[in-house]
Amino acid sequence: MSVDANTVRRIAHLARIAVAENEIEHLKGELNAMLAFVEQLSSVKVEGVEPMTSVTPMTMKKRVDAVTDGGIAGDIVKNAPMSEENFFLVPKVVE
Amino acid sequence: MSELTSLTLTEARDELKKKTFTAAELSAAHLAAIEKARALNAFVLETPDRAIDMAKASDARIAAGKAGPLEGIPLAIKDMFCTAGVRSTACSHILDNFVPTYESTVTSQLWRDGAVLLGKTNCDEFAMGSSNETSHFGPVHSPWRRKGSNTPLTPGGSSGGSAAAVAAQLCLGATGTDTGGSIRQPAAFTGTVGMKPTYGRCSRWGIVAFASSLDQAGPFARRVRDAAILLRSMAGPDAKDTTCVDRAVPDYEAAVGKSVKGLRIGIPKEYRLDGMPAEIEKIWEQGRGWLKAAGAELIEVSLPHTKYALPAYYIVAPAEASSNLARYDGVRYGLRVPGRDIIDMYEKTRSDGFGAEVRRRVMIGTYVLSAGYYDAYYLRAQKVRTLIKKDFEDCFNAGVHAMLTPATPSAAFGLGEKGGADPVEMYLNDVFTVTVNMAGLPGIAVPAGLDAQGLPLGLQLIGRPFDEETLFSLAAVIEQAAGQFRPQPWW
Repeated sequence: MSVDANTVRRIAHLARIAVAENEIEHLKGELNAMLAFVEQLSSVKVEGVEPMTSVTPMTMKKRVDAVTDGGIAGDIVKNAPMSEENFFLVPKVVE
Repeated sequence: MSELTSLTLTEARDELKKKTFTAAELSAAHLAAIEKARALNAFVLETPDRAIDMAKASDARIAAGKAGPLEGIPLAIKDMFCTAGVRSTACSHILDNFVPTYESTVTSQLWRDGAVLLGKTNCDEFAMGSSNETSHFGPVHSPWRRKGSNTPLTPGGSSGGSAAAVAAQLCLGATGTDTGGSIRQPAAFTGTVGMKPTYGRCSRWGIVAFASSLDQAGPFARRVRDAAILLRSMAGPDAKDTTCVDRAVPDYEAAVGKSVKGLRIGIPKEYRLDGMPAEIEKIWEQGRGWLKAAGAELIEVSLPHTKYALPAYYIVAPAEASSNLARYDGVRYGLRVPGRDIIDMYEKTRSDGFGAEVRRRVMIGTYVLSAGYYDAYYLRAQKVRTLIKKDFEDCFNAGVHAMLTPATPSAAFGLGEKGGADPVEMYLNDVFTVTVNMAGLPGIAVPAGLDAQGLPLGLQLIGRPFDEETLFSLAAVIEQAAGQFRPQPWW
């Protein structure tokens, strides 16, 4: 399988990465090189094989459903590019 | 005081206990070495004030008889680890102003045990690379050079800064992260010891996530014993990471020097690649001889799905990366580039903030997870991963205790020499290391010799899950037989 220019534009948008028109051809070449490389997997017999979900067999740890943290709003917005009164500021999304 | 930087971590620990010198003197000597070695670009942030404060606090604890197991030991920390109040960037433009308000579990355990932070080391952006050339801060220059040549070489990657800092004696040890070989490949390229523990051995909490089912933290050091000492502090249960196992941490140092007599060592035939340099084959043969002389039994084994590990990795790792890196959106932290609406802001922020390799991997990951392609790529790769793991399990169930392989398919290459036209050329560097991540196993790279150009070559040992101790025992045998390899300072 390989991707065409339109697919590259669609992937870029899905990935929320702006790509200039003059980068499309180059990116297409690189993505297709990667896809050609992984193509060899299609020759592996995988019928009846379970996909890996956990590399180390273990039951996921669970903890009591209780508040263990909090009261650190100032810390949480500390690295925000824009914030006001401990809220993150974003461009208007609702008219 | 330059001799203080040539001590091993073990020697420094023992001398500090005897009060031969102070922790403040030890850290000052390393800070001076770092300052003189800026041409290596190994550090993206030096923290001299913090180092001196921490070292003085160590001296006070030593005086009070309350020294921890790493008391006063100066370390370098890969910039993938979040360090409270100290800029942590993953060597990406998108995080280049990020100052965490929290400390990663692994580093907090190092500080708990008395270690001193010298600074943050350079790496490939988000640990995506094998040469340190994708770093926003520029590549690290290896302390090693080919005999009679000034060509700048890569220290390997992604943990290139940590490996270079340890090899150049700028610190007594360092942390790295390993997703496909990012500790073991740079260790092999710089003549240092690098251990990737079993998946789940070290907490991933507070480490910038790349591919969550593959990422593990591990130590770099100049000696096997030093790496064992570091891992004991780094490993252990953590309630904040549900994939981190609740399993007591053994005394890894006690495994160093232990007899390997009677251990059965698998030699996987699939690791003998066509076109592999004769020197790699030679060093592998030497390694087999050393282990045999120490009483280990060598057995040829087969890991039939080996060749599929790298392509499967280049589906699984980008898929997980595309998901993990979705958080960099210009809203909560990191870079923001304004746009005409919120989507435009996301797209411009991520376009400016991510370098070429990261963009490429996020896009491939997005594609293989997208509707209509998930089964053909991602699901198939996860099935292949099950088969890769089963190959190892079959050998271990048949009585093999560990495996011996080359660490890399070549010695270090020159900066700018690889991956310019085709990204896959660079990816092939991890062909011997990536299987270990895919199967979640522990692996260690240990220096084994020099090639004809005077560059270090390493051997890799692969162990059973949570049997890092056997790897330390075997690596110590190789270290003992191979000797020590240090670069000639040119910086």
